[in-house]
Amino acid sequence: MITERRNLIRTLLGGGFVASLAAFLYPVIRFMNPPSVSEASVNEVPGGKIQDLKPNSGKIVKFGNRPVLLVRVSETEWRAFSAVCTHLNCTVQYQEQRRQIWCACHNGFYDLNGNVVSGPPPKALDEYVARVRGDEVVISRRA
Amino acid sequence: MEGAKANTGGLSGWLEERLGLSAIREFLAHKTVPVHSGTMWYYFGGITLFLFVIQVLTGILLLLYYRPTTTEAYESVQFIVTRVQFGWLVRSIHSWSANLMIFTAMVHMFSVVFLRSYRRPREVTWLSGIALLCLALGFGFSGYLLPWNTISYFATKVGTDMAASLPGIGPALARFLRGGEDVGGATLTRFFGFHVAVLPGLTTVLLLVHLILVQKQGISSPPWVERKFQAQGGKAPQMPFFPNFFLREMMAWYAALAVLGSLAAIFPWELGEKADPFASAPAGIRPEWYFLAPFYTLKLIPSHVAFLEGELLGLLGFGLLAVFWILLPFWATNRQGMERTRLVTGAGVALLAYLATFSLLGYYK
Ligand code: HEM
Ligand code: FES
Repeated sequence: MITERRNLIRTLLGGGFVASLAAFLYPVIRFMNPPSVSEASVNEVPGGKIQDLKPNSGKIVKFGNRPVLLVRVSETEWRAFSAVCTHLNCTVQYQEQRRQIWCACHNGFYDLNGNVVSGPPPKALDEYVARVRGDEVVISRRA
Repeated sequence: MEGAKANTGGLSGWLEERLGLSAIREFLAHKTVPVHSGTMWYYFGGITLFLFVIQVLTGILLLLYYRPTTTEAYESVQFIVTRVQFGWLVRSIHSWSANLMIFTAMVHMFSVVFLRSYRRPREVTWLSGIALLCLALGFGFSGYLLPWNTISYFATKVGTDMAASLPGIGPALARFLRGGEDVGGATLTRFFGFHVAVLPGLTTVLLLVHLILVQKQGISSPPWVERKFQAQGGKAPQMPFFPNFFLREMMAWYAALAVLGSLAAIFPWELGEKADPFASAPAGIRPEWYFLAPFYTLKLIPSHVAFLEGELLGLLGFGLLAVFWILLPFWATNRQGMERTRLVTGAGVALLAYLATFSLLGYYK
């Protein structure tokens, strides 16, 4: 009888302790998980005046809150890629001598279609659409 | 002195009754340290502790001016090093001491391996030491971002993205570390919180555990020293901890302070350029020296090996290596209780060789 009562009290105390602990920890863990902030959805951004970018060169353009690499391949040909390296997230750049896209972090190279040429990146860069409108380049998401 | 009870009058008696300090004195009087050809390695744990204290003190000083936001962090560190009197020195000491501390912690760890101090009953001490080294690396990684310069920005992008490529928990872990989808202001705030509150708290607790265990178990002699003197029917020579070892340790701290002071004054830590999330990663980017070996390994692994992505393979490799190393005291003896001496030495030498060559390659290539 006494031991039964003792066991009951022990269970109640232990269970209460565990329950309180869980009641503290659960909100703490949820608190540490950052809420998702809705990204301003951008579909199109201006990429600057045509004459500002020489043929065989590239620059980074803000696309919402992500960087996009705009490349002027030749006098008339423009391309745009996500500038986020598919390996570990660094921001890539255009390399004029090799006419390729280069990531300085672990020496990854992509060609002008965004495909991996060498180095550790596992996937091609996402492609965007670059169009000339008047004397301006416009970058947009691919449909 | 004739024991505690004799001394009951005056101030010391009054204090003794209230604080019981004679127990500590008694304890210190009996604590000894083994004397042999490897005794110098026993100083490195203490030097690491000393450098940690310097980190706490200089870190608190930096806190008086530092501001953890993307618009102000870089400028506040610039203010510290250009306008605040001795600001450049305090920051330089904090940065150099961080690096020296990780270095001495590693020396300490390898000395434990080669002197075989991890043996029974010191397995938990080993584990707490490994945890402390991880915390030190966490301090280094989180502190590195705080000045919000280009190099630290990309180092953090790469480091947190490595976490993201872990199977299963990866994406959630990366979100937790970054405080969002990508490295930005939320990451800086978070890393600041880790760096100045979470990690110091955890480190203090673990440091206490580590030190209490060391006190409880005493300092071990290497087995070959024990064997030699057992064969002669005696005990291995010891020196009293206080004052003999203690004063030597103080000299070691002085030497560490001299090295630290010279490095900090002669090579003031650079600040670099302010991070710009819309700039390409610059050429020649690389992490702090203690992350160079994994960094260079990642550079070498091709994008796909069989059906696995290269980075995942690299991570799995590092993970396995880490587990193997953490569990060292548990595979260092076989079921019959025989020590696998050669295996441990071989593993230690191999790990050292890997770290040294890959760090050098990562630095120069
Ligand atoms: C309670 C202890 C600590 C506090 C309050 C603290 C505080 C700070 C603050 C405010 C900064 C930003 C200022 C700056 O960048 O110069 C900083 C940077 C840094 N901390 Fe700490 N810290 C502490 C311990 C440590 C430890 C133990 C380590 C290393 C093992 C460490 C490594 C670093 C590094 C590498 C930086 C970047 C330095 C730079 O490039 O400017 N800190 N710390
Ligand atoms: S992050 Fe681009 S190659 Fe590694």
